[in-house]
Formats: sequence, C-alpha cells, structure tokens
Amino acid sequence: MPRVGVLALQGDVREHVSMLEDVGADVVTVRRAEQMDDLDGLVLPGGESTTIAYLLTTSGIRPVLERKLEEGFSVFGTCAGLILLSSEILDGRSDQWSYGALDVSVRRNGYGRQIASFESAVDVVGVGPVPGVFIRAPKIETWWGDVEVLATLDHGDGAHPVLVRQKNVWGCSFHPELTNDLRVHELFTSSL
Amino acid sequence: MSSSINPSTVGSAVVKRGLADMLRGGVIMDVVNAEQAKIAEDSGAVAVMALERVPSDIRRDGGVARMSDPQMITEIQAAVTIPVMAKARIGHFAEAQILQALDVDYIDESEVLTPADEENHIDKWDFTVPFVCGATNLGEALRRIGEGACLIRSKGEAGTGNVVEAVRHLRTINAQIRRLQSADASELFSLAKDLQAPLALVQEVAATGKLPVPLFCAGGISTPADASLVLQLGAEAVFVGSGIFKSEDPVRMAKAIVEATTHFEDAKIVANVSTGLGQAMRGAETSSLEVRLAERGW
Repeated sequence: MPRVGVLALQGDVREHVSMLEDVGADVVTVRRAEQMDDLDGLVLPGGESTTIAYLLTTSGIRPVLERKLEEGFSVFGTCAGLILLSSEILDGRSDQWSYGALDVSVRRNGYGRQIASFESAVDVVGVGPVPGVFIRAPKIETWWGDVEVLATLDHGDGAHPVLVRQKNVWGCSFHPELTNDLRVHELFTSSL
Repeated sequence: MSSSINPSTVGSAVVKRGLADMLRGGVIMDVVNAEQAKIAEDSGAVAVMALERVPSDIRRDGGVARMSDPQMITEIQAAVTIPVMAKARIGHFAEAQILQALDVDYIDESEVLTPADEENHIDKWDFTVPFVCGATNLGEALRRIGEGACLIRSKGEAGTGNVVEAVRHLRTINAQIRRLQSADASELFSLAKDLQAPLALVQEVAATGKLPVPLFCAGGISTPADASLVLQLGAEAVFVGSGIFKSEDPVRMAKAIVEATTHFEDAKIVANVSTGLGQAMRGAETSSLEVRLAERGW
C-alpha cells in the first residue's frame, strides 16, 4: 500500500484524501516539513497557488519538497498544484515562484475567470473519457523536454494538454478530485 | 486523446461550489482599493472582497450602503491574480447582474449593505457566477441554498471586531445539524417546517451530517486566535472584514491570520504568529449596537 501525502496548507484537501483512500493508499495530510518523511508520493491539491506558495515558504516545506523533487520524488499537482510544479508561469504575479519540475508553461486562469469555469469530458490515454471540472483553470500553453501528454482538450482555441507527466511528476489543469471517477488518481498511485 | 471540440457546461452547481471548495482553509479579505488588494494577495489571501467601505466604517457613517463603483472593482481585478468577490444588496438582482457583467468571481448577497427587498432574496439559480450568503441558523442557510447559494458564511456581526456572534451562529448551525442527524425519517417533515427550510435539503443534511455547500465564517474575526476558534468550531475558511485594515499593522495581521487559519489546530504556531502583532481593531460590545446587521435577511 503506497503511503501518499496530501499537502494540506490550503485548498480541496479532503476530496484528495478521500479519493486516495478509495484507491487503497495510506494517506497522510502534510502541514509541517517533518511530515514529508517516509512518503512514496505527494499530491498538491487545488486551491490558490499564491496562497499555497506563501504557506510552503512559511511552513518550511518549500526546500524539503524541492530537494525531494530533485531526487525523483513522485508528485501529482491538480490546478494550483500544476502551477506550483511548472517551469514557467504566465499572467501570474511578477514574483511568483514555482518548482520547475514539469517542463510546461502555464497561463494562470488561462481558461478565464469563474464565469467561464466549465465541465467537459477529458479523454485520457489508456483510460478513456473521464469527467473534467475546470475552475479558473490554468492552461498549458507550451511544453518541452520529456513531457508526456496524457490528455488534451480543445476548448475552442485548439487542443491544449490538460494532463501531463514528466517521469515522476504529474500535473493536470482540471480537478479529478471533484468527481466520483477514481481513474486519474489510480494512474498516479499505480506508478508509485 | 481527443482533438475534437468537446461540449462543455458553464455555471453548473459543480463548478460554482467547486470554487468555494478551492477557497477552503483560506482567508478572504475585505479591501477598498487596489493597494489593499495587493497587500492581501502578498499576505496569502485566497480571495478579496471588493467594497467601498469596510463594515466598521459603514456602521460609523450610516446612510444607505450599496454595491461598489464598478471602476473600483475593475481596478482591483487588474491588480491581483486571486479571485475577486463583490457585494450586492439583499434582493437587488440588478446589482448582481452588474457584478456578473463585470466578471466578478463570487457575489456576496450581503446584510452588510442596506437590503433592497424585505421579502425576497435574489434568485441565484438565474446566474452563472456563484453566490455566497450569510446565515445565523440552519433554516436560514438552507433557504439560501434553496435559492441557489453555493457557499454559506455564518453572519456574525460585521464591523464589530467581536467574535461572539460568529460563535453563536456557527454553534447554532452545528447543533441544528446534529439534531437532524438524530431524528428519524418521519420527524424530518416537522423539523423542516420548524426550520422553515426545503424538505429535500433537510433530508440531505440529516443523511450527510453537513451542509450541501461549504460553510465559512464571517463577522467579527479580528485576531489569529479568532480564526483558530471558528475553524475548530467547524468553519472551513474565514472572511475577515475590518479586522485587517483597521488593525495597527495590517500586513502582519493579515499574514498572522492566514497562518493561523492553516495551522488552526497547532496552538504553538498560532501563539507564535500572535506574538507582537500590535493592536487589533478596537471593536465593539454587541449589546451596545444600534444596528444589528445579522438581523437583515430572512
């Protein structure tokens, strides 16, 4: 049974915990740096990326996660989590930092403000269509290196990746945790 | 992998409630201009509430309190990357239409402004943008949800810096939820009548033990300890109005309340961030108030 942490500084932590438990993981909520020990993987939930970034710094988790990412630690980020893992942030705050662990360029609120938030099916490679919930979602504009695109969506301006993986680091623009479909979480935990 | 354009749905209950879910564990701060909005974002706010006067000033100035000037809302939207909320008067659906046209991320149908309709709240199902509404008890919360609210905040007593009413409202809502959970199915009809709430929602709460939408807390939170208190009482996030920009050192107070909200169960961290904060807002004893904002809305 993989031991998976959910970063619990802010955001929709509870939904991730419940889904990971449903796919058979041993789940730990992480608010302090020492809780990062002995994990097989970590989920960065949806929430506000600027808030979570601020709290990663004040809690002392920021450098611990940075070191673990360099060592090949498995991390899955949804929405705000994708932004935190990305190599480049467009339309963010000028001083917004990110881990640079996923070679993608993401545009904050790239699919629009809340009035444009939407639901749409997402066809995932090797899995099939899963329900996608996009809330003020970040849009992956470009990607490079060995980023593997696992799903794209055309929301009217051409196909953009919405689920990507680069070795042990996964990110998606949408919120699989706000649905009842466990398959995206299963993809991540089965890789651990 | 799909390359064709997929049909999509906007404004569904899932995406409206979903944004509230994303704000959980966070602090939503009242701001009156772009500069304060930047300070709020820098300090870790998950969202800002754009309004012309914070509640303590509305209370002091009197007069009719209305929706903010669209120019101010637009300036704040341009200044920050986090969600921007704004307030409409109770029942004033035209103000809400304007706020939706401005692309605000959440509309607060708020008792802090002067009500425009003394019988009817806004039909919130009509809107693509989600609504938050205040409640002092479970019946009020479920009536608002029945009208389409996607997020409930306990009302507290805005602009007082006094947490006592927020505690009362949270405890009342929680106690009434527990009462429903212990009732048998045949009692729920009568309990729905007593609560003056839609039966289907009463049955749902009885089955799940929680509101169908997130429950946040507002009205009187002015210290990190207040935030920790209401989170331990079951609130999932906090709105802080006058408590930040009416304190001696707003930046430190904002950051301290953000950290206390995340680490609400860790008294050592709350103690640490509470140290040397300077004066909190002065505050008021609620028994001396001329106007009770929480009594607005029905």
